[in-house]
Amino acid sequence: MRRAAALAGALLATLAVAPAALAQSCPQTTLADLEDEVMCPVCGTPLALATEAPQAERQREYMQRLIDDCRSKDEIKQALVAQFGSEVLALPGDEGDDDLGDVLVYLIPALAIVLAAGGIAFAVVRWRGARARGPHASVSAADGSRVDTDMERYDL
Amino acid sequence: MRRVLAPIPIAVLCVVLALVALLAYGLAQNEPDRTVEEALQRGERDAAPALELPKLDGGGTGSLADYRGKVVVLNFWASWCEPCREESPMLERWHGRMTKRGGTVLGVDILDVTADAQDFIEEFGLTYPMLKDKDGDALESFGVVAYPETFVIDPEGRIAAVRRGPVDEAFMNAEVAPLLEGA
Repeated sequence: MRRAAALAGALLATLAVAPAALAQSCPQTTLADLEDEVMCPVCGTPLALATEAPQAERQREYMQRLIDDCRSKDEIKQALVAQFGSEVLALPGDEGDDDLGDVLVYLIPALAIVLAAGGIAFAVVRWRGARARGPHASVSAADGSRVDTDMERYDL
Repeated sequence: MRRVLAPIPIAVLCVVLALVALLAYGLAQNEPDRTVEEALQRGERDAAPALELPKLDGGGTGSLADYRGKVVVLNFWASWCEPCREESPMLERWHGRMTKRGGTVLGVDILDVTADAQDFIEEFGLTYPMLKDKDGDALESFGVVAYPETFVIDPEGRIAAVRRGPVDEAFMNAEVAPLLEGA
């Protein structure tokens, strides 16, 4: 009798602990974390920006079902590709093909920023140089003496 | 004049022109393809683009060419599309009529979760063949921009009519029934 009670107690304890253990083993994936990494294929925008599109709502429901099934982020992305094709992935490199485009998509904006900053710096340096030389800096010595002569002629 | 030709105003002008060109390009890219309607207005029928897609139930692929010699009502739909719910029962009724007279409705489920699409098919008891266009490739070739859209394909594989939006009995009677009589 005592053994049966102990067995029942152990069984109850296992049942009580099981859901918590399951939750701990579940990947900590959230819808908010995924929304900006996948596209809404109909809207052509990241899912996070598609607030009211019916297709986006269905996509969120599908993703939430996968999250509830304890799927990891990568598994959910793979499931989305199976449903909507690889264009559902918003981040370059997520497709796993590591092609030149994945590098260029980061490199070109970085180069553009560097070039723009260089252009602004160059313009500022030139502008400050022109200010430092003052308004008469471009007048040659010959022109200067001619101006002085003219001024003396009209000197009252 | 020298001030206008200075590097900074020229750079600003270049940036503005580049932005305007980008905007114009974007608008031109988003312009829907309406060559089908233009051909129909001239009284011509363009050949339907080739269409080969996986079947929605996963059993291999299907294509428009499989139905050459038949009148096909090609319907682009999705389970999340509200107007698709309105037209589906009518399309099922017409599929019943068409199969007796050498025709069929062919559904293409677009950008949809397969399980949701199958629930939709079960809900409305749809029996016509279904293909799945998971990434929307067929949308571009047919110039589909809204959902649902329906193309009536004649037995020679040419587009005889198009409806951008849900179809109704009047459209089916006007565009599909005469083709069935001639089939």
